[in-house]
Amino acid sequence: MNDFTTWDILRNLLLAARWTVLLSVVSFIGGGLVGALLLFLRIGKSRLGQIFVRFYVEIFQGTPLLMQLFLAFFGLGLFGIDVPAWLAAAVALILWSAAFLTEIWRGCVEAVARGQWEASSSLGMGYLQQMRYVILPQALRVAVPPTVGFSVQVVKGTALTSIIGFVELSKAGTMVTNATFEPFTVYGFVALIYFCLCWPLSKSSQILERKLNVAHRNH
Amino acid sequence: MTYAFDYGWLADYWPVLLKGIGITVELTLVGGVLGVALGIACAWARALGPTYLRPPVAAYVELIRNTPFLIQLFFIFFGLPALGVRMGELQAANLAMVINLGAYSCEIIRAGIQTTPRGQFEAGASLGMSRIETFRHVVLIPALQRIWPALSSQIVIVMLGSAAVSQIAAEDLTFAANFIQSRTFRAFEAYFVSTLIYLALAILLRQALRGIGWGLFPKRSAR
Repeated sequence: MNDFTTWDILRNLLLAARWTVLLSVVSFIGGGLVGALLLFLRIGKSRLGQIFVRFYVEIFQGTPLLMQLFLAFFGLGLFGIDVPAWLAAAVALILWSAAFLTEIWRGCVEAVARGQWEASSSLGMGYLQQMRYVILPQALRVAVPPTVGFSVQVVKGTALTSIIGFVELSKAGTMVTNATFEPFTVYGFVALIYFCLCWPLSKSSQILERKLNVAHRNH
Repeated sequence: MTYAFDYGWLADYWPVLLKGIGITVELTLVGGVLGVALGIACAWARALGPTYLRPPVAAYVELIRNTPFLIQLFFIFFGLPALGVRMGELQAANLAMVINLGAYSCEIIRAGIQTTPRGQFEAGASLGMSRIETFRHVVLIPALQRIWPALSSQIVIVMLGSAAVSQIAAEDLTFAANFIQSRTFRAFEAYFVSTLIYLALAILLRQALRGIGWGLFPKRSAR
């Protein structure tokens, strides 16, 4: 049996953490794009679009992320594609993030006062112009802190992809544990690495929120 | 797509699913009640408690909120036995859920407590209530009422997160789905059915929490 030093354990975990970071970034950006698309449907004029997005959000927020990962993994396989774990993981996480982000952003758009819509339409602006020049610039300011806060959920969500076999930080933790028989140390380090990834995001979300509140009070 | 869906296994395996649902519900009930209780205690400590209690509680909250539930579960189930703390998979699952919900609900409830106007504390004291009585009757109940929607969503999130406990072989609904797919090779169908069950559970739980909120809090006169 090989002997593993603490550094060996930590080094392997840190190497695997790259995949956690990469998957988080891909999911967050992808989820943001899909979420923005859904947002336009949700606050748009089309009744059908609104109902669709409402269903979408209800389903993705009402079922476990783990189940969504399983369904993506086995569901994509039904089309005869050989599905690698990373693909299923990315697809499920993107769709899942989109549901949450679109809800967060809808709240932010609705926080913009009704009169702003009326004022801009009385200036003869179309829907896209209203969005571009009046609503979004105001909504985006409100949206930043909760969006940054949600990125923490995405990083933590990637841990579940280890279950469908994507080798990231959690999976590496399990593998290293199986080799070293030191679950206490290994999972302690895994938790610590996750903490180092998530805590700065949580903290900056809090700080941004406080800054924004100050701006609000002065207006 | 040439795949033929087959739900015939449902006839044989519904008791497995039912047992899984039972465990998931049980975990949610225990985790929900004890987790919120822990959250109330921590929120009191962070908002009103003695100064020496605040840093450790804050550290606990930050640590749990910034690490994945799966890792907390693995740490409790696989890591703690190294310290001589051994427990079954259901106890570990329960403990992980309580600790997890405790941290999240602490932050939610604290937000509710901190929006209590100063005068409420003084009013309680002037009625001759002790600090604990004031906290229980004057501060806590209205605080819970204010944050009840947020707390409810968090409990639903914890229920959905409990799917991960199948990974330490706690026999919840996800475990049942895994078991069925390994017996029938109908992976997609097994996970699809259990996803629908989770959706139904989430909707029911949300309604139940709304009902509890109705019963728990005094009705406010229309303003």
